[in-house]
Amino acid sequence: MSGRAPAGAGADADAREPRGPTRPQGAAEGRGGAPLLSVTDLRTWFFTDRGVVRAVDGVSFEVRHGETLGIVGESGCGKTVTSLSVVGLLPRPPARIVKGSSIRFRGEELVGADEARLRSLRGNRVAMIFQEPMSALNPVYPVGDQIAEPLRLHRAMGRARARAEAVRLMGEVGIPDPERRVRDYPHQLSGGMRQRVMIAMALSCKPSLLIADEPTTALDVTIQAQILELLAELRARRGMAVLLITHDLGVVAEVCDRVAVMYAGQLVETGTVRQIFTHPRHPYTKGLLASLPSVDRPGGRLTAIPGTVPNPRRWPAGCRFRERCAWAMSGCEEPQELTALAEAGRAVRCWRATGQS
Amino acid sequence: MADGDVTADDALTAEGGVTVVRRRARALSALLPGLPQIIRGRWGAGSAALLTWVGMLWILLSRDERVGAAVTSDAWDDRLALATLLTGMLTAWLWSWREVGRAHAPKEIGVSQLDLAARAFSKNRTAVAGLIVIVGLYALALVTPLVAPHDPNEQLGLLTHRYLGLSAAHPLGTDQFARDVLSRLLYGARISLAIGFVAVGISVTIGTLIGAVAGYLGGVVDSVLMRFVDMVIAFPRLVLLITIIALFEPTIFLITAVLGLTLWPGTARIVRGEVLSLREREFVQAAVALGYSKRRIILKHLIPNALAPVIVAATLGIGHTIVLEAGLSFLGLGVQPPTPSWGTMVDDGRANLLDAWWLATFPGLAIVFTVLSFNLVGDGLRDALDPRMRT
Repeated sequence: MSGRAPAGAGADADAREPRGPTRPQGAAEGRGGAPLLSVTDLRTWFFTDRGVVRAVDGVSFEVRHGETLGIVGESGCGKTVTSLSVVGLLPRPPARIVKGSSIRFRGEELVGADEARLRSLRGNRVAMIFQEPMSALNPVYPVGDQIAEPLRLHRAMGRARARAEAVRLMGEVGIPDPERRVRDYPHQLSGGMRQRVMIAMALSCKPSLLIADEPTTALDVTIQAQILELLAELRARRGMAVLLITHDLGVVAEVCDRVAVMYAGQLVETGTVRQIFTHPRHPYTKGLLASLPSVDRPGGRLTAIPGTVPNPRRWPAGCRFRERCAWAMSGCEEPQELTALAEAGRAVRCWRATGQS
Repeated sequence: MADGDVTADDALTAEGGVTVVRRRARALSALLPGLPQIIRGRWGAGSAALLTWVGMLWILLSRDERVGAAVTSDAWDDRLALATLLTGMLTAWLWSWREVGRAHAPKEIGVSQLDLAARAFSKNRTAVAGLIVIVGLYALALVTPLVAPHDPNEQLGLLTHRYLGLSAAHPLGTDQFARDVLSRLLYGARISLAIGFVAVGISVTIGTLIGAVAGYLGGVVDSVLMRFVDMVIAFPRLVLLITIIALFEPTIFLITAVLGLTLWPGTARIVRGEVLSLREREFVQAAVALGYSKRRIILKHLIPNALAPVIVAATLGIGHTIVLEAGLSFLGLGVQPPTPSWGTMVDDGRANLLDAWWLATFPGLAIVFTVLSFNLVGDGLRDALDPRMRT
């Protein structure tokens, strides 16, 4: 697969039906029929002076109405670039979504859509919250104004109404004393409170999809739990779908319905949380689960996956996990696809796993 | 951060007898606004209010004829002077009255970065002194038509009033054309301060916009704009001015425009650098993710955050521009006689420095003190606006 030229890959994907062979079967089933977000063969590459970095290299997944999909993977696997591609926040240049990629939101193609259309979706239908609450709020405005701004822009609300709605939203995300706090500036709030403000901002226009990129990484553990609980509660109350990007399997277990495990720019395994956690099929997923610390085995050394992620400028042919895999066999250098398993909603990119089933 | 600042009043408001103390302070503030604040230790704001009140009251009472004339006058500077006088007095009085009535616990909700900077600034005594001088100078410049003893260009009698030394009738003497130096100094302040303020206003506006656009959009836009900046920097200002004077009549408006249009590249560079680092911050990403347009992001989210160094540079820049204007006028390239400006006055006095020292000395001192004040305020602002310098 790595031997394919970019143009060839594009043409190849162009010819493909939206529900092509890369899509795990049964993924389109479920609530509401058509998925809210469907990403097909997404390739986001960075064209740098020192070569092409294929940060996201053929990722396909779907987010259905009201569900939470977690994308898990270690640093540098491309999960953040995937989420930024969906909102169109990539630094361009050098990043570019390669031809043939498709991102459909409620059936509408976002790749190549014009900027004004994307702007009217962002913050309105698709919202995003970020990792670092310390720097994600504008230091010169009171938080209330920042929550009210998207409402005034997308919902054309007047100043007073937007302000009242901001107070209500701050209450909804669990900020105590919102009537007073609306006038506070970001530096007056703690990290957890700022993340709540971020969430209030993102949710102000009642988006149907919330993309949360490591929303709790920068917070301490007790606050993390509160924020996750808040997200789960808001999702349930508003029936909104969440795309959660994280490296923390614990977070996934807590809030997600389905999981996509990402490695070296590709998805290696997808399935429900229960499926992935009880019967991981891909060796990488197994490795990730094994490296979780456990209270049941106190004192033992943590298991690490040996080796490092290969260089994204030169992905190895075939299975990209091959060199770190304890089960690697002779056929592993052959190109492989994310292949649906017999079990409903599951797919894995591994010769061994698909051979077994 | 400056919380936990407990003023003396908290003790008073907490105890009984508060009302008596407050009533006395109220009475005092009604008569001499600012005095209760000075007594309580807010000497900066207090003395500013007191000086404004006393000074303007004095003008009102001692120059009653001219104030009366100004009421019916059609001249715009008379009206402006009158408006300054009334708003100045009203502001000082109302501020003091309300300040006395307010509770003095430091604000806890809605404390902006600007509030923090203001708290830090008010602790810097030299900078506050500089600010008072500057505000005083501008106020004086605005009310000059009511205060100045003579018309700046009035020749009081070429035979009797040339080169008169300092006296009660002419506190700063008279010059070779028998004009009152104090009046010329006051009117000159109007020209010099106005040129400094307006030229910097023009350059800051242009520089901020160009710098922010170049920094945020990057790429080709950045390259083109910044090469244009390099070109403007490379353009010799003096040659430009000489050419303009050769071609047109050098009006004050023209000089201001030339200064304003040649000084902005510095601001543009500062803002571009600031924006380059700001645009990597997550709140800018968040703004994009919320669907804000580039225009909105630049104007509403980037520029306000890049303003701290611009404010400092602008303050120092006004001082710099005043010196520049004085230099140009001294060389005969700036404000043309007989219009008084501090630069032309120094030039006028230059030939008679030994016989009539007051001619060049007072405008020279005025330039020095004004620019010094601007520099003190600029340094104070730099310290106050830099979070790392705050304690």
